[in-house]
Amino acid sequence: MPDLLREYLPILIFLVIAVALAGIVILASYIVARQNPETEKLSAYECGFAPFDNARRQFDVRFYLVAILFIIFDLEVAFLFPWAITLGKIGLFGFLSMMAFLGVLTIGFIYEWKKGALEWE
Amino acid sequence: MIVQAIAFYLFAAITIAAGFMVIAARNPVHSVLFLILAFFNAAGLFVLLGAEFLAMVLVIVYVGAVAVLFLFVVMMLDINFTELRQGFLNYLPIGGLVGMILLMELLLVIGSWVISPAAAHFAMAPTPGGLSNTAALGRILYTQYAYLFQAAGLILLVAMIGAIVLTLRTRPEVRRQKIGQQIGRRPVNSVALEKVKPGQGV
Repeated sequence: MPDLLREYLPILIFLVIAVALAGIVILASYIVARQNPETEKLSAYECGFAPFDNARRQFDVRFYLVAILFIIFDLEVAFLFPWAITLGKIGLFGFLSMMAFLGVLTIGFIYEWKKGALEWE
Repeated sequence: MIVQAIAFYLFAAITIAAGFMVIAARNPVHSVLFLILAFFNAAGLFVLLGAEFLAMVLVIVYVGAVAVLFLFVVMMLDINFTELRQGFLNYLPIGGLVGMILLMELLLVIGSWVISPAAAHFAMAPTPGGLSNTAALGRILYTQYAYLFQAAGLILLVAMIGAIVLTLRTRPEVRRQKIGQQIGRRPVNSVALEKVKPGQGV
């Protein structure tokens, strides 16, 4: 096994234990607990009435805007990690390359700030 | 070595099973959750290949952001999903065609080694020369591939502006707080003293 994967072995063991424990807990609740299935237990309770309509509601499109803006800056941060650990090796050009990248995204950030996309109301 | 093989087959099997459940699950929210499971297992496969950075980005970007975006899209659309299911077979030819094209592309990628054995030379190892994967990427991404890197920045800019232009609506009926105006307000402009004679109104 290569050294790299040996470093990941504890994570794998942790993952196996976590999955096994979760499985045991769910399975035990099926086996140990008293099962008395009834459809009324699962139906929505609305002050004694029959439920008026579906519980599903449409989300506001602004959640989508917040999520997509988050993805963009998330990607920007992902690009920063390899740059940060090799900064000593890639020289001035690599540094300026990243500064130009950050500059372009800062223009977008100023645009969205001024446009009010970060405000809720 | 045996642990590595077991981990590979486990991750690969769960990825395929989760991918199948994405299209087979009745509830679209469950589909997205199975997609997250597939992403996690794909990240495990990347780690087994030695592509650490890609694995971490898969977890951070895809699980952390893209899956959440998918959940929002599922909840935003007002679709009756049982009606949608009924037309499932109508889309089978188009879906099958797209699947076939993707399969052909995969075969072409594998076949390129058969057609020209020199092509395997161009495939770089994820950890060349004892360098860690992330460092190896950093060495070439910002200098050798600077143009592509800047193009990635521009694509992100276009995505940002596009999302704002498409979804941002100004609501005139909502009263916003205008901090500058509120602080810049002077008593002279807003308070007036009037001499009122007795018995008369203003």
